Amino acid sequence: MIKKIATLHSFKEWILTFILLGIALVLLPLLNLLVPEESVLHVPDYIFSLLGKYLCYALVALAVDLIWGYTGILSLGHGVFFSMGGYAMGMYLMRSIGKEGVYKSDLPDFMVFLDWKELPWYWYGFDYFAFTLLVILILPGLFAFTFGYFAFRSRIKGVYFAIITQAMTYALMLLFFRNNTGFGGNNGLTDFKRILGYSLQEPSTKLSLYIITIIVLFLSYLLSRYVVRSKLGRILTAIRDAESRVMFSGYNTLHYKLFVWTLSAFLCGIAGALYVPQVGIINPSEMQPSNSIEMAIWVAVGGRGTLSGALIGAGLVNGAKSWFTVAAPEYWLYFLGTLFIVLTLFFPKGLVGFFSRFSSKDKMREPS
Amino acid sequence: MKKDGTLHKYQRLKANLKSRKPFLRFFGLFLFLAVGLFPLSLVEANDFDSALRGLGNKSRAKLKVAVKRLGDIGNPAALPALVALKNKRLQVSEDGALIIIDESGDHGHDALSGKQVDIKSLDLSKPRINNSVRRVLSMAIGKIQLASDDPEVRLGAAKELLKRPSSDLVVLVEKSLNEESDDKVREIFLLVLAKEGLNSDDKEKRLQSLEVIAEYGNNDFKTDLEALVDKNEKGEYLENDPEIRKTASKAISSLERRQFFINQAANFFYGLSLGSILLLAALGLAITFGLMGVINMAHGEMLMIGAYSTFVVQNIFKEYLPEFFDWYLIPAIPIAFTVSAVIGVILERTIIRHLYGRPLETLLATWGISLVLIQSIRLIFGAQNVEVANPYYLSGGVEVMNGVVFPYSRIVIIIFVVFVVATVWALLQKTSLGLQVRAVTQNREMASCMGISTHKVDMYTFGLGSGVAGLGGLALSQIGNVGPELGQLYIVDSFMVVVLGGVGKIAGTVAGALGLGFINKFLEPVAGAVLGKIMVLVIVIVLIQKRPQGLFALKGRMADN
Repeated sequence: MIKKIATLHSFKEWILTFILLGIALVLLPLLNLLVPEESVLHVPDYIFSLLGKYLCYALVALAVDLIWGYTGILSLGHGVFFSMGGYAMGMYLMRSIGKEGVYKSDLPDFMVFLDWKELPWYWYGFDYFAFTLLVILILPGLFAFTFGYFAFRSRIKGVYFAIITQAMTYALMLLFFRNNTGFGGNNGLTDFKRILGYSLQEPSTKLSLYIITIIVLFLSYLLSRYVVRSKLGRILTAIRDAESRVMFSGYNTLHYKLFVWTLSAFLCGIAGALYVPQVGIINPSEMQPSNSIEMAIWVAVGGRGTLSGALIGAGLVNGAKSWFTVAAPEYWLYFLGTLFIVLTLFFPKGLVGFFSRFSSKDKMREPS
Repeated sequence: MKKDGTLHKYQRLKANLKSRKPFLRFFGLFLFLAVGLFPLSLVEANDFDSALRGLGNKSRAKLKVAVKRLGDIGNPAALPALVALKNKRLQVSEDGALIIIDESGDHGHDALSGKQVDIKSLDLSKPRINNSVRRVLSMAIGKIQLASDDPEVRLGAAKELLKRPSSDLVVLVEKSLNEESDDKVREIFLLVLAKEGLNSDDKEKRLQSLEVIAEYGNNDFKTDLEALVDKNEKGEYLENDPEIRKTASKAISSLERRQFFINQAANFFYGLSLGSILLLAALGLAITFGLMGVINMAHGEMLMIGAYSTFVVQNIFKEYLPEFFDWYLIPAIPIAFTVSAVIGVILERTIIRHLYGRPLETLLATWGISLVLIQSIRLIFGAQNVEVANPYYLSGGVEVMNGVVFPYSRIVIIIFVVFVVATVWALLQKTSLGLQVRAVTQNREMASCMGISTHKVDMYTFGLGSGVAGLGGLALSQIGNVGPELGQLYIVDSFMVVVLGGVGKIAGTVAGALGLGFINKFLEPVAGAVLGKIMVLVIVIVLIQKRPQGLFALKGRMADN
């Protein structure tokens, strides 16, 4: 087993991975806990929520890269899976507020506000973390499986598939915007107090969530790496490059596409669940078509078809977004728009592709 | 002096009216007033004047007398003052002059002379009215209106009476029923009488009333009728007469049938209207998708650009050609088309051309373009919606049935869409450019080998598609809000049209657009707008299970690329 994992990277790559992990898992927390606040080296508390958010986005980018970068299927609906995980976690967090809401009721505040008398049936079970975890792990994947089965079975692909997934996220966003749907309408779920009994305001809780996110991201990365390096991964790439030929060679591409699509949604759902306690809110705007398209650009910036590219891209784009929204909010859309255009025109392989052009050893595979 | 003043007002009203447009029917009322009042004798005028001035009386009893007197005289010139009094817009100055304040509350004119007065310079007080005054007022207003020469005014008064019956006026209606020449007014008069007749002691009269209601009535009568067939708590019928009960339940079912029919007609019309808008939005998308295999995510922004072009043309007319303002839409049509088409061509030349053969990346790049366009519009025109006014010939609508109004703007848009689609169809089918477009759509390499400049065809087609979307924006500006996010609202739906209708055939797009429009509007009342949308999506996904390339797919070898 360990041998198998070890072959996922070259020696140099493992060193780099562990250095990065060391910085994120050990150095940053230590700088936060041990270095006094007035020191320049001190890492303030809020950094961990921010980094945690980026890491969740990185996980999403990983998921999108699997389906788009490796299999060539562009999904414009990954916001749905992200939100499913997020809402499931949000529902648990809502239930664990207990009677400490504004209205001092056992029901979530928005239900009291809407004058609902009892909990809708689909909220049952979210009092228990184990149940919530189960929903987070199963629901996005199950939904993706069903949707994907019907879509792939009728050979919807390319632009058609992108449009259908966009319509899916659009429709679900409208559904969640309704107050009657029972997920808090356009305000979504927020004002969380604690998770598993630990207060979400405490720096230690934030730090723990951050560390959990890193570990989950690392494991997901290894899993993705394992998938794309396996024989299965090669078939996925083959599907991307010439689906008809793969079919003629006797493979049923439906199974492969369905697998990677479901896996991608699964990872995305986990990312959503980790995102909500760290950001403190989940609302239907996460399902806006524009959000899902942005996810694609994270991957495109870093470089499609490389897992590290996806991670880098998510970090860079979101870092830029954070900077712009503070420094020049009205130019963020210009920047993002231009990024889309320039990248597709001049850097189709993203940053990783751009730099690997200089190292002849690491030849990139052609993305379609 | 006073008489002069009153006459002066009539003259002024009359002069004012002839220049008005026929659609502004409200002003038609005054024309009739003016003509009707010429033979007014001196005595009557004096009597009228003193009664009118009595409206400013502080004592409620005297006020009521004045109102009643005005109603008895039946002079329509009193209407503005009476209505103003009812709406608390009539005020009295210190020297007893009556001032009518207009609806904005900024201007006022003298009720007798019609002269504009500066309301800020006067110390005004409001006559205090209570419910009993209001009753008398409604009565007087109703009386004058029912006797009006304008059928529209009579219709309005009769409808008001239907909502708030008053037995005194019903007597009036009964008297004037036989002389009524206008069918619509007669219908309402009959209903008014029927409503009153339901409570009559005469069984024959009640049965007759029920029949009238069954024939002309609308849903408002349902509660009245249901009261006739209901049982009380002990399970006894509230209505003793079984024959009445039977007729009443028959009447209810006939009302329900009619209501159902009206609803379906309205759904059909609004579905057609939505479908025609979607058609304009999706037509260009479908053509370019068929031709180049790329989806232009910035296509929705072409709608927005068309709408903003209309807005700019409107403002230019407002500023420089106010006398032709109502005709700004005519030059706006070519301008909206050209602006969107030129921007479309620029995009094709500079960006999309270079992404040829990479459809997914084109999708992302055009999304980037749409972001830039939206943000540019926001910076130029502001993030708020802008106002695009309907010219007079597009405001208002036809009342096809009781309570169902089809706005002129939507009717005109449907005709406009038919015209545009026919033009595009002719362009594609009957011209040499169209032939080339079809050739490139079918087989790009082969067309290129035959000497067709595929790049030029791409460019022209892209321009045409964007221009048509611009026309869609112009149409949208007449029925909805114009804002930077306008395109985003329609883009998902237009994609659905393309998915449903397939590419390469206009008939497919037409079917897809109208189909979506109808499905949306017929589902909305059943499932609500949002669930309707979701069901539409499910229907689309189910449909493409059967026909993956759209309902009207091209057959043969180019079906799979």
